[in-house]
Amino acid sequence: MTTMATPTQSTPDSAAPAYNPKSESTGTKRAKSVIFHIVALALTAIVLYPGLWMIASSFKPNSEIGGQNTSLWSNNFSFDNFVTAMDGIGGVSTLQFFTNSLILAIGAVVGTVLSASVSAYAFARINFPGRSVFFGMMIATLLLPFHVVIIPQYIVFQQLGLVDTYVPLLIGKFLAADAFFVFLMVQFMRGLPAELDEAARIDGAGHARIFGSIMLPLMKPALISTSIFSFIWSWNDFLGPLLYLNTPDKYPLPLALRLFVDQTQSSDYGAMIAMSVLALLPVLIFFLIFQRYIVEGVSTQGLKG
Amino acid sequence: MTQSPTLSRRSASSTPPLPRKSRQRGTDARAGYTFLLPWLLGFIALTVGPMISSLYLSFTNYNLFEPPKWIGLDNYTTLFQDERFLQSVGVTVGYVVFGTPLKLAAALAVAMLLNSKRRGQGFYRSAFYAPSLIGASVSIAIVWKAMFGDSGPVDQGLSFFGINLGGWVGNPAMTMPMFILLTVWQFGAPMVIFLAGLKQIPGELYEAASMDGAGPVRKFFNITWPMLSPVIFFNLLMETIHAFQIFASAYIISNGEGGPAGSTLFYTLYLYLRGFSDFRMGYASAMAWLLVIVVGIITLIFFRTSKSWVHYSGDSR
Repeated sequence: MTTMATPTQSTPDSAAPAYNPKSESTGTKRAKSVIFHIVALALTAIVLYPGLWMIASSFKPNSEIGGQNTSLWSNNFSFDNFVTAMDGIGGVSTLQFFTNSLILAIGAVVGTVLSASVSAYAFARINFPGRSVFFGMMIATLLLPFHVVIIPQYIVFQQLGLVDTYVPLLIGKFLAADAFFVFLMVQFMRGLPAELDEAARIDGAGHARIFGSIMLPLMKPALISTSIFSFIWSWNDFLGPLLYLNTPDKYPLPLALRLFVDQTQSSDYGAMIAMSVLALLPVLIFFLIFQRYIVEGVSTQGLKG
Repeated sequence: MTQSPTLSRRSASSTPPLPRKSRQRGTDARAGYTFLLPWLLGFIALTVGPMISSLYLSFTNYNLFEPPKWIGLDNYTTLFQDERFLQSVGVTVGYVVFGTPLKLAAALAVAMLLNSKRRGQGFYRSAFYAPSLIGASVSIAIVWKAMFGDSGPVDQGLSFFGINLGGWVGNPAMTMPMFILLTVWQFGAPMVIFLAGLKQIPGELYEAASMDGAGPVRKFFNITWPMLSPVIFFNLLMETIHAFQIFASAYIISNGEGGPAGSTLFYTLYLYLRGFSDFRMGYASAMAWLLVIVVGIITLIFFRTSKSWVHYSGDSR
């Protein structure tokens, strides 16, 4: 998990003011462009190599993954690894792990969007005593290493008999514990014109009306960013499920993967990598669909992967 | 306290002016706390409460089954004689000190490369960003372990150049470079933030500098660096703090043991092992609080020293 806001809020005048010296001839310009693309493509190849290697390996027989074979291509591509991976591990099918991950991720999205938007409205639009103090504390929690709270949290959930349920993993989402999303929405709401609520107030609308009918519809971009990132973070989360879940049929994919690694060790590399691919698939699909939102979200709000 | 100073200045001024009528204020207080309720509950129950109890626990011996026994500062003094603890500090500091600057340097260099109106910029930006989204996942840890294993593609590739290191995963001297490469690989997120910052630097500055005969190096140090310094500061702070908290990759790559020879025993991994394998909750709490204190001190130092090198030009715009 990684996050924060950037000092660079995008402003209307931010269209790249790339500088082109007038003295340059078109020839050097073209040469520069060619060099740019060569360097950029070389970098792309390096950056994407681990992903390509992973995908290629997931289709290869075990004998070709390590060994003397470095090429991404193989004449023996097959879906065998995926068939093995779908069988699951510890008597639980991979489909079940998927379902579990999905339940947790959807719960995280719903909880975060609800709780963070409501709390952010209080910070951004209501003047109440203590607001700036609480705001400061909320910001401080962004930097707090969360390890300092996991032990007492675990003890409490254990005493309440909630270990090995999804409650400890989801309750924080419904209580806006990911302060980052609250902050993101506060920043977004502050950018909305204050005249909107003033006009509504003069018309006699209360805060509930203003929030529900004016703010929420306008906050769509922030709500989408929040949904995407809370989904992905929940999907990739490892420590939370590792602490709280004990029975394999409740495991989300990252824990299932760990079980797979533990039980098969290096005996079935192919299936292990196929399962890793399956676990990343939703994130990759999300990325392809929401690419713009994700990258824009990072650059304007400092969201991170 | 984490907020970058430009942001807070800007946000303070953009807060809507609020009515001063006392009647209004009364209802606003009620409405304010009603809307704030989810966060406030979470803050008290999931952050403040646990922080206080872990501070208390850090002065006790507690194994979950018997009541905590007060032992004063013993946990803290034991920590500094615990060789594995000291090793985990060394591993983590090495990772933060080498990994973070390398990652940010890569991010800045690539951002500067991409900061031009050229075709394909959007594609490159997305391609470079993708690892940041998946880099901390268990899947990538598994792939990393396989790639850097004995006769994996990295080993194969290097022996092609006559470098025979064998597998990095089993070699205590090579595990740290492997983890540093993993974090540098995720340079995309800070890169995207740098890119947004670079686009805000007015082109006229570079034009004027060119007319005065400044070369690329001088332009970098006299324009790019100072104009970008708030963003550099932000990235440096966030990446440093997050680097301290690496967990999933360390756990998966070392099978949850921190080996070989303790070379991947990251701080949070050792904390986890003490707390949740050995059930030494008091000891682990002391570790957690030390981490909070260290991160707090680092944040403070960053903010203190930032005055001398971070420039805010908010007023000129």
